[in-house]
Amino acid sequence: MKLTTSQWLGLSLLVGLMAFAVLGSVFTPYTVAQQDLNSVMTPPSLTHWLGTDHFGRSMLSRMAHAVGLSFALSLVCVLTSSLIGTAFGVWAVWGGKKVDNALSVAVNVLLALPGLVVVLLFAAIAPGSFLVLYLAISLVQWVEYFRVVRAITQNVIQSPARQSSQMMGFGRWYQFKRHIWPAISPSVFTLAAFGGANAILTMASLGFVSVGIQPPLAELGLMSVALFPYYSEAPWLLAQPLVVIALLILGFHLLAGKRA
Amino acid sequence: MKTLLFKRALQLLTVVWGVGTLTFILMRSLPGDMAYRIAASRYGQDNVNAQAAQMVREELQLDQSAFVAYWHWLTDLLQFKLGDSLVSGMPVTETLQHMLGHSLLLALAGLMVSILIAVPVGLLCAWRGNPLDSIFMGLSSVIRALPVFVIGVLFILLFALHWRWFPVAGFGSFSHLVLPAFTLALSLAAVSNRVVRDSAKRAFSATFYQFSKVKGLPAWQTFRRHGIRNIAVPVVAFFGIQLVSMIEGIVMVESLFSWPGIGHGLAHAIFARDIPVIQGAALVMGVLFVFLNTLVDMLCLWIDPRGAKTE
Repeated sequence: MKLTTSQWLGLSLLVGLMAFAVLGSVFTPYTVAQQDLNSVMTPPSLTHWLGTDHFGRSMLSRMAHAVGLSFALSLVCVLTSSLIGTAFGVWAVWGGKKVDNALSVAVNVLLALPGLVVVLLFAAIAPGSFLVLYLAISLVQWVEYFRVVRAITQNVIQSPARQSSQMMGFGRWYQFKRHIWPAISPSVFTLAAFGGANAILTMASLGFVSVGIQPPLAELGLMSVALFPYYSEAPWLLAQPLVVIALLILGFHLLAGKRA
Repeated sequence: MKTLLFKRALQLLTVVWGVGTLTFILMRSLPGDMAYRIAASRYGQDNVNAQAAQMVREELQLDQSAFVAYWHWLTDLLQFKLGDSLVSGMPVTETLQHMLGHSLLLALAGLMVSILIAVPVGLLCAWRGNPLDSIFMGLSSVIRALPVFVIGVLFILLFALHWRWFPVAGFGSFSHLVLPAFTLALSLAAVSNRVVRDSAKRAFSATFYQFSKVKGLPAWQTFRRHGIRNIAVPVVAFFGIQLVSMIEGIVMVESLFSWPGIGHGLAHAIFARDIPVIQGAALVMGVLFVFLNTLVDMLCLWIDPRGAKTE
């Protein structure tokens, strides 16, 4: 796959942040919840590279863990929703009218509510659960893949190339690989990049209204809320989660290349 | 038109069913005996004993099977019996009416401001071209990367705490509305100005547009007769797509600015596990979503009647 300059920029931004998350959480001497009330809200120094928060916890450890958590969530959400969405999208076209109708009913139910409201309702069932958050976000996101893949596959399935492939006796998997996947893959990648951004955004939003991941775990939205009261004493602390959220989303948007 | 309304009515039903089912699961999955919990919210925490719980259980038939309970739950919902809040004890419908007014005010103000930003900027970009175009498009890419609550926090820091032009949070006067509305508007406009620009560019370079200029119409008249309607169709359709982000934005903006609307109510109810209010707020949001979508569909049809035939 050929990437444009801005896509390279987005990719390197994301790789940089991921490296920060991995290296930060592996090499830091402090845990996420380790408090040191003798040194609260210290500015960045040699012992604490990014300073400490209002409980004297190392910001570097917390930021690294929070970014890692965001990446982990967006990765599993994108993988799950793209797999389900693509599989169902192809199946809806290939499986005949009955399958198509059944799937479109399911999709219409999901589309009837705004995504964040669905995720909020799920979060209400099990507050603070990463698993439920992941399931809810994937449930909301697979619909987009489904709709796009279904629309493109409908054209490909009618194409003479695919039909002659079938008549020559090639299996379904081969036909998918040879004819359908090349047609849908650019759209799936674009959707995946936007989906990654949206997953991170949703988790941060939930953290921000205190119904997502619960303390003492580090999460970007949660940290922005917790550090907000200290903005005048320690503006560099509040800036960290806000800047990182923006960078993460910008990275995914740049990687997506085409616009939404 | 008829098929359109029918589809939307069906969607409305699925909203009610979806919200009802999810909150029912939520109700069932809470730990503890439901009878005790309801008795506690009725008679106060100190007056709960086994006898009171048994009374509640018999009165509300709580020992019935899950299926029967689910059926009752849904029929209650269809009659708009939403119950009382578990926290404040107020009827949910009353609370919702109060919240809905505030949410609509915020949504309308946000939408208006976003249109006032996006349409002129988009048109200007399409009309003037580079370098103005690149500057504004780059700027909107950056703003698009900012989640709506980050924009809100920045606004609070700058305009409320640093310069003290507007109050930080709350409601009641016009100045309270400014920051939430602009936060919502900016996040919406950063996406929609691009749609306006693309749509305007397409119209400006279309052959019919060139022709009307060649035949001697002045620029303004060309724009008015041939531009506006053609540009408007994709833009209005996009506002329909953007309704999702608007409702999501409302949840965030209301929570951030303590604006007493549906989104704020929903987030608080989830935090307090106040199920009747969760159900009511989610229901109202879903219904609002469907209603606004219908409105956008009809508006599109009115601007471009050609769509009716292909439906």
